[in-house]
Amino acid sequence: MKVLSLRSRLPTRSLDVDKVFKALADPGRRRLLDQLHRENGQTLTALCEHMDMTRQAVTQHLQQLEDANLVAIVWQGREKLHYLNPVPLHEIHERWIGKFERGRLGALRDLKKKLESDDDEKT
Amino acid sequence: MTMKKPDFVYVTYIATTPEKVWRALVDTDLMREYWTDSSGCARVNVSDWKPGSRWEHRRVDDAGTVDIVGKVVESNPPHRLVFTWARPTEAGDESKHSRVAFDIEPYSDGLVRLTVTHDDLERDPKMLAGVSGGWPKVLSNLKTLLETGRAFPRSTAA
Repeated sequence: MKVLSLRSRLPTRSLDVDKVFKALADPGRRRLLDQLHRENGQTLTALCEHMDMTRQAVTQHLQQLEDANLVAIVWQGREKLHYLNPVPLHEIHERWIGKFERGRLGALRDLKKKLESDDDEKT
Repeated sequence: MTMKKPDFVYVTYIATTPEKVWRALVDTDLMREYWTDSSGCARVNVSDWKPGSRWEHRRVDDAGTVDIVGKVVESNPPHRLVFTWARPTEAGDESKHSRVAFDIEPYSDGLVRLTVTHDDLERDPKMLAGVSGGWPKVLSNLKTLLETGRAFPRSTAA
């Protein structure tokens, strides 16, 4: 069982994106990310102050965000600080948004070319 | 050095070796493939990467404009690279410098964990806003380059 639970926490590449989407699919976890965006590097206690859920629930949500690599941990002495890690969000942006945007930019470029060549014909 | 709370911590897991990550951080030919600014202009960091040496963050264009300068604080290939980060106009005033650390650690399953920590930015909100948008893009491009052999296509590509 121990080995299994360790394995499930490995951020292997094929699972990365699934974990990120799953982690983002919960309003409580998104609120935690917003909290960290407002103030980066908070302790569990500080994060609990703004959340209307139990400390244990916040701990579990943070663990899921950590597994998805959306939250990075820095230990400062005995304090565990939570940092918003937007790198996986950027990967999703590149994969799912940038791709479509590039298509739109290409379409705009073609439109511009066409309009400009129409102008040429008139003159 | 006192234990200070970092301003930003960025982590990415890359299927590669620590040596390859290190090379990508110090070799300008590789850097220009993945280090781009928001307008898509390539940037490179130029230095001999020896402790105490100066480094420059340059635009890859005809002018080669230098936007950021600093000093190499620690250079321990392929594990840790630390340098200071300042505007060229504030190069002489160390109180205005921030600090960037790259930590490269072997993880499991052939993955390498790359952690970028940026400290001492709180005195400069404008710089803080600028770099916080820049690092995620640089790191996700670096991951793509090392894993697939090429960075994301540029938006200007036909």
